[in-house]
Amino acid sequence: MMEPGLYHILFISATLFFIGVFGFFTRRNLITMLMSVELILNSVNLNFIAFNKYVWPNRLDGVFFTIFVIAIAAAEAATAIAIIINLYRSHHSIDVENAEEMKY
Amino acid sequence: MPNTTYIALIPLLPLAGFLLLGIFGRTYFKNTSGMIGTSLLLASTLLSLYTAYGYFFDYGKVNGVYQKLVPLQITWLEFSKGVSIDMGIILDPISVMMLVVVTFISLMVHIYSLAYLKGEERFPTYYAFLGLFTFSMLGLVISSNIFQIYIFWELVGVSSFLLIGYYYDRPSAVAACKKAFIVTRFADAGFLIGILILSYYSGTLDFNTLIQKLTNPESLELKAAVTASFLGISALTWGLVLVFIGGAGKSAMFPLHIWLPDAMEGPTPVSALIHAATMVVAGVFLVARLFPIFALSAPAALELVGYVGAISALIAAVIACTQTDIKRVLAYSTMSQIGYMMFALGVSKYGGEDGLGYTASMFHLFTHAMFKALLFLGAGAVIHYIHSNEMKDMGGLRKYLPITHITFLIACLAIAGVPPFAGFFSKEEILLAAYHHNTGIYYLALITSGLTAFYMFRLYFSIFWNKPAQVHGEHHGEGGFAMMMPLVLLALGAAAAGFIPFGHFVSSDGNRLNSAFHLNFSIAPVALGLAGIFFAMWLYKKQNDRPDKIAASLNGLYKAAYRKFYIDELYLFVTKKILFNLVGRPAAWFDKNVVDGLVNATGNTTEYISETIKGLQSGKVQQYAMYFLVGVIGLAVLFIYIWKF
Repeated sequence: MMEPGLYHILFISATLFFIGVFGFFTRRNLITMLMSVELILNSVNLNFIAFNKYVWPNRLDGVFFTIFVIAIAAAEAATAIAIIINLYRSHHSIDVENAEEMKY
Repeated sequence: MPNTTYIALIPLLPLAGFLLLGIFGRTYFKNTSGMIGTSLLLASTLLSLYTAYGYFFDYGKVNGVYQKLVPLQITWLEFSKGVSIDMGIILDPISVMMLVVVTFISLMVHIYSLAYLKGEERFPTYYAFLGLFTFSMLGLVISSNIFQIYIFWELVGVSSFLLIGYYYDRPSAVAACKKAFIVTRFADAGFLIGILILSYYSGTLDFNTLIQKLTNPESLELKAAVTASFLGISALTWGLVLVFIGGAGKSAMFPLHIWLPDAMEGPTPVSALIHAATMVVAGVFLVARLFPIFALSAPAALELVGYVGAISALIAAVIACTQTDIKRVLAYSTMSQIGYMMFALGVSKYGGEDGLGYTASMFHLFTHAMFKALLFLGAGAVIHYIHSNEMKDMGGLRKYLPITHITFLIACLAIAGVPPFAGFFSKEEILLAAYHHNTGIYYLALITSGLTAFYMFRLYFSIFWNKPAQVHGEHHGEGGFAMMMPLVLLALGAAAAGFIPFGHFVSSDGNRLNSAFHLNFSIAPVALGLAGIFFAMWLYKKQNDRPDKIAASLNGLYKAAYRKFYIDELYLFVTKKILFNLVGRPAAWFDKNVVDGLVNATGNTTEYISETIKGLQSGKVQQYAMYFLVGVIGLAVLFIYIWKF
């Protein structure tokens, strides 16, 4: 059994990132878009942890960053869900294409 | 010298009244504001009487000479070591005398206004403005340096502006207050330049040092100021002439007098206080304050003062004979009497017997404040009763307004120079001084004194005699105690102030001046005055057609005088036709096309660009995300492959 190295983890992270980006651009449902954003954020977290472990094992900066990102992701999720609920109340839909009147 | 810092309270109490009534008056002191303002001013008046007593009879005199004392001096604005603007108090005979005059007249006006303006919507504001004016005027007279006097000078200007425009819903009042402000401001520009010249050459702002440096023939400063010249006139003379222009603007001297008659749009007590007794004599006071420099170092400037004063006195007297609005007659009369004060200074010399003109000028200022305030307040009582300013609406009022009638008569006798009323003594001294030093001015003054008697009694007979009274509507009496008490007090002053031996207290060099009384000399002016009175009586005591006939026979002159010698029209021509067309319009064109053009071009460009790119904000969230992604990729490419850190 082979020990997974840095490249494996980076590969997974990149995969997750692009799945997230793809989902964000193709889905019209706001909840799914939010989930995609979470995927992107978590891929970044994976990157931080991996670099911390393999490149500078004596330092903790990457871990701290990860914790920050998780905390901010939680706040972001709360805000986003609040926005989505409000949007649903006023538009009776959470389809992003139905909320296009906020423009010039 | 005892501790005299309490003198600072004299101006500060009215200031406190101004702040209190100005900020809280309309909410908390709707009805009591008059009493608050009046009682604060009563305290000020008592303090200044106490100061005057102390100064004249106790500590002011050292070895028989009145000293210039500086009981308080505060460094106010310090620019660097040794360069600062101070605030201080100066006590000398004229400032102490002015303290008494200003507080006393102001107190009378405060009391009078209690009844005169009762029930006005902006009653507290009125008292606040009166407080501001009194503060500024008191600050002006006790200023210890020329910059401080300039600050208070502008403050009296602005309070005069506010009070003339008190009835701001009348277009004529608004126009009048703007006119007063602009004309005096224009003159004040001269004053400021004069201050700059004087302080540049003397290196000081302080009056005592300034006078010392610019009167001592040995001093380097004086030599520099006399040698430097512009257009053939020395810098010192220029400086003093410019300062005098400021004074002439404030004192309504020809040709800057045009604002004073219009200023009568203000409430009548305001006219009595500001435009008769106190503010308009500020110019005389200023010349008197700098008198040693005028007299010793720049006699040419003093001569100008004399001629401007004499010409103003005569012109104003001629115009006053033709006006029909009683307040305007009084306004021109004020201008004429201030002309007297000015030329009295102009013909005076410094020190000793030759300084009679200076004493006479200050004496006339003092007595004039009494009888002119009385005339205005009396006119106010008449206007209050009859609701009109026009002579033709009046007549036969002596039965209805007995107290006003008697006090007005006393004031008229005083201003006409009939012995033994106050005006007689001061006017005799002025004429005597003019007779000794400048006969030309003396004859102008003599004619003026005859005219003065004539137009004052024209006013008197037209109001109180002439046609039978046509009083209509409700009778509300003379206006009660608050209006009558100031009249009576001022009438006492106008009758008795002449017996004060003024030369003992106020003289050009502080020494005692015994003004000799020459019986032979007073025959001519008194005879002329009586002739004026009898002529007015013949014309106006009973209604007849003589005045119209005389006016018709003097057609051209009468018309010119009635239209105030077209001076207003001349000003309008110069400003509207010449200045507006040659300066105003090109400036407006430049502003509209160049300045505005630049601003508009900026705006138009911004608008055009935003219009073009506004489609980018489509409302589609995913499109924004796409821009973002492209941007991030672009930046990544930029940093990784192109800039290569």
